[in-house]
Amino acid sequence: MANLVKFTIDGRELEAAPGTLVIDAAKRAGIEIPAFCYYEGLSLQGACRMCMVEVERMPKLQTACTLPVAEGMVVRTDTPQVAQARKGTLEFLLTNHPLDCPVCDKGGECELQDMVFRYGAGESRFTEIKHHVDEKQWSPVVYFDAPRCILCYRCVRVCDEGMGVGALGVVNRGVVAEIAPNHGDHLECDECGMCIDICPVGALTSGAYRYKTRPWEMEHVGTICTHCSNGCRTTLGVRNNQIIRGNNRDSSGINGEFLCIKGRYAFDFYDHPDRLQAPLMKVNGKLEPVSWSQALAAVARKFSDVKARGGNFGVIGSNRTTNEENFYLQKFARQVLGTNNLDHRRSGDIVSLLDALHGQQTALATTADLYQAKAVVVISADLALEHPLLSWQIRANWRHHAAHVYVVTTEPVREDKYSVNAARCAPGQELETLQALRPQLVDEPELIFVFGDTIKGEKVRKLVEFGASLGKPVKYVCLVDYANSRGAMDMGLTPELLPGYRASGMPGLTIAEMLAAEDLDVLWVVGANPLAGASLAARGAFVVVQDLFLTETAQAADVVFPACSAYEKNGTVTNVTGEVQRLKRAVQAMGTKPDLEIIGLLAREMGEAAQLGPWSADKVFAEIRATVPGYNVPLPVILTGGAAQTSPVNGRVEAPARPELIRSARNGLFSSGTLGRYSNVLHSVLEGRRQP
Amino acid sequence: MLASYPPGRQRSAVVPMLIFAQDEVGSITPELVQEVAKRCGVQPVQVEECVTYYSMLRKKPLGKYHVQICTNISCLLNGGEELWKRACEQTGLGHKQVSADGMVSLEEVECIGACSWAPALQVNYDFEHLVTPERLDEILAACRKGDYVEKAK
Repeated sequence: MANLVKFTIDGRELEAAPGTLVIDAAKRAGIEIPAFCYYEGLSLQGACRMCMVEVERMPKLQTACTLPVAEGMVVRTDTPQVAQARKGTLEFLLTNHPLDCPVCDKGGECELQDMVFRYGAGESRFTEIKHHVDEKQWSPVVYFDAPRCILCYRCVRVCDEGMGVGALGVVNRGVVAEIAPNHGDHLECDECGMCIDICPVGALTSGAYRYKTRPWEMEHVGTICTHCSNGCRTTLGVRNNQIIRGNNRDSSGINGEFLCIKGRYAFDFYDHPDRLQAPLMKVNGKLEPVSWSQALAAVARKFSDVKARGGNFGVIGSNRTTNEENFYLQKFARQVLGTNNLDHRRSGDIVSLLDALHGQQTALATTADLYQAKAVVVISADLALEHPLLSWQIRANWRHHAAHVYVVTTEPVREDKYSVNAARCAPGQELETLQALRPQLVDEPELIFVFGDTIKGEKVRKLVEFGASLGKPVKYVCLVDYANSRGAMDMGLTPELLPGYRASGMPGLTIAEMLAAEDLDVLWVVGANPLAGASLAARGAFVVVQDLFLTETAQAADVVFPACSAYEKNGTVTNVTGEVQRLKRAVQAMGTKPDLEIIGLLAREMGEAAQLGPWSADKVFAEIRATVPGYNVPLPVILTGGAAQTSPVNGRVEAPARPELIRSARNGLFSSGTLGRYSNVLHSVLEGRRQP
Repeated sequence: MLASYPPGRQRSAVVPMLIFAQDEVGSITPELVQEVAKRCGVQPVQVEECVTYYSMLRKKPLGKYHVQICTNISCLLNGGEELWKRACEQTGLGHKQVSADGMVSLEEVECIGACSWAPALQVNYDFEHLVTPERLDEILAACRKGDYVEKAK
């Protein structure tokens, strides 16, 4: 650490590392310097002139956001001259800014409003008519109201630097300067809405949220996005049992301010008109709504009968349901139903990775590691589309720490642009291509390998061998698809593995084998859609489905239970990097129950509840912490909304990895498995409609 | 041209590249924006920013001879304003307008850096110093006929 610089702000003697900006140093000391264009993590702009401070021996006021601290510097933020400058700047910013706060979406959480209230003049001296431009719609989710814009360039920078998209620019100059989208009158981009969130005023507004409510009328519920496996915290704005918006207003969680279109807008599936609101039972070949007690009794009776005569069960779990639900489901299947025919759709070979690493405590990277590591190698994945948060982290790492990024993919990807080496490989030749990068990789002080679903089985072992042969600290991220794909694996939703990757030692059927087994008596599907594009060989099998919608599988069911979505229940999920986070219920959907409760009620109906234990999320999580290796995560961290990484398996995994079953759905930004079909937003944007 | 900027600073070539391209093509077309963006490794919207910011970059073609008359302080004091009015009357054109035959366009400009020889005007890249009303008429007539001799070219 270089020597600290000593300086004074408002008479307080402070210290900071060389290069620290005055605005940051002041903030750390609890001295507020107002600013619009300054945004931590983005490049400096110096556009808004709001952060003016007086510095001794400098003739004019200085912008604190571009001024690094210097030895002996004396800064004052509380002088009449500074107050006058702030007042003047605000007066100028308001020259053309409409005073439509009462109808503006931003009213109540607007930085300009706050600053004018705090530092501005009571009235304006301008009598001229304000320059007006009509509002424009750039995409179904992005609206732009030019007169409200204060040209701070935050949106332009977050799109270019943060997202790596660069879809926004500023055209013209002077009073007619305004933000412009990349395609003249509309945007073609990631539709992530980062520009809306980062806008300090109401110039960029969200198509999903605009004119619906005021920010203070909502309850803000921090939970975890249910779409991809990155596990971003999304803060849902809830009013009258309705989710009105998603953002991450407090920049909490592993994602900071980041959210993609799915985290910000694609919560809308929860009140899709097709949502199931009552249990359905097949009567005369047709699914009819029935009461919960009828449906539960019918299923429990069937389960008990089949169990009594030693029939065959098949149980398919989900990679979106919580750890608690997955744990309870496998316990139910193994202890109550006595079956090991238990599986879920696998999308990444975490088993081979854990086995190859056999228990190295530091070998699994976290989301934060991707921001800190000196070098990252992305193999066989289009991160920007499939794992947007990981891509954001790596991009920020490159921007802030000049991290070396390597890419080994078959097609060009967004990471190419800032990589030190973007290598194209023939399908299946990833590791050979990686070998060619060896001379460069061996010079890196540390590395993280991020790999997609084509690296599985032996290839994972070879990758780990390759990593070890570099002789440097190496970490890995095994990419998986959905919010709790990793958790489903961890909770033992496979025939060969018990929770915590302990070998079950018992034979059992995989999904494909269950569907193909002609003697299957019961197929129980919890939150999955295995019959999409497949059929069930056992014609007479009794099919029970728990889902949000009448999916292909649910249509073939004998009984369908309407399940809660992730936004309607509590529990925990484990993201792609093995970080456990807590879901918090935001709304309640009429007629639905959480999967955990449905499973619990079935157990009670069968008279088996005592051996499974209580079905409250907290109780089951306590059991997971106590019994599943690696899951003894610190409870205070989880309960306060933090993320805690599970520790890797201590030793070998004594079960086959089954790489042949691993296939990623490769969902991009605008698709999300079966769930994505019910998000209107994902289909409304141009980019979503263009997808095959 | 890209090589004359330090590595990673290729974005700096956007403005000069646009100027050279404009001289050849006559104006900045959408295709040109795309091409410059591609060559400099930036987004087209970032090139668009420059095009709309700088008044010397233009999206519509000007006349073959673009006559720019200065009415800033030194030229104003020496009859620049009168030259401008005379040129407008002579050609029937206004600020940034192009004649129907595409030969001449007029622009009232700020200081062109020829204050010592005010009033001054510029025809494309050629300077005309100490311009009298008679000289202006000659210049305009030559431009309209198409035989104005461009020395700077």
